[in-house]
Amino acid sequence: MERIPILKMGDFLLVTIQVDLYDQLAENLESDLINTINKHNSRGVLIDISAVSIIDSFMGRILGNIAVMAKIMDAQTVVVGMQPAVAITLVELGLSLNGVISALNVEKGMDLLRAKMYNGDNEGQIDDNDDE
Amino acid sequence: MITTTNKEEIAIIKEQDVVPMRNRVRDYGVKVGMSILNQTKLITAASELVRNLLKYGGGGRVIVEEVTNGRDKGVRLTFIDNGPGIVNIELAMKDGYSTGKSLGLGLPGTKRLVNEFDIKTEMGVGTTVTIIKWKNG
Repeated sequence: MERIPILKMGDFLLVTIQVDLYDQLAENLESDLINTINKHNSRGVLIDISAVSIIDSFMGRILGNIAVMAKIMDAQTVVVGMQPAVAITLVELGLSLNGVISALNVEKGMDLLRAKMYNGDNEGQIDDNDDE
Repeated sequence: MITTTNKEEIAIIKEQDVVPMRNRVRDYGVKVGMSILNQTKLITAASELVRNLLKYGGGGRVIVEEVTNGRDKGVRLTFIDNGPGIVNIELAMKDGYSTGKSLGLGLPGTKRLVNEFDIKTEMGVGTTVTIIKWKNG
């Protein structure tokens, strides 16, 4: 079965989604990521979606789920590189991705993860109440 | 008056059929000269509807058409399933309502992404959803 590779980089996990997502693939990614966080005691997850041309309500929900599940396992999730058209479409669709922290690109995302880790700062965090 | 200038039909039986379907929809969007944003909205709408078709309708078919109304070109998509039909269509069109485990954004969200939206359902016969996205819509 098709799977999205998860790379380990020190305390972080790096996921670059290079293919078009469909439901099963997104669900596999969700469970693989949570298992990998557990296996490596990872502190942060960076998901690069710059090559993803569409995100609908299901895939959006999976991204939200990943962030919440990772948080419960004491890992921060940052989603980077969302295409402008995807962001506009998601909001119009009605999905606000509450609780998902994002950054413009991989570099900024990595900085954000490091800052969060080393400052032990939980104040600046977006609240994770999600009404989804 | 809407006329069709090009048309094809795609069978949707399993989840993997969704990706090539989305790509065909993109090809049609590109052909009528749609912006990236309108293409993205159309494909996202298609992705939502094809999920319903698979999940609730047990699969079906999608008709992709290049259409024109004389002033503007666009893409019309028709999703046809032979599933059980939708019991309460008013409820199904409401934000946040779902009989499944989803967020209930599918139908109302899709309607916001396209220019024209029509849904017909008959119990025991199936559901047909038609959407149009105009090039400049």
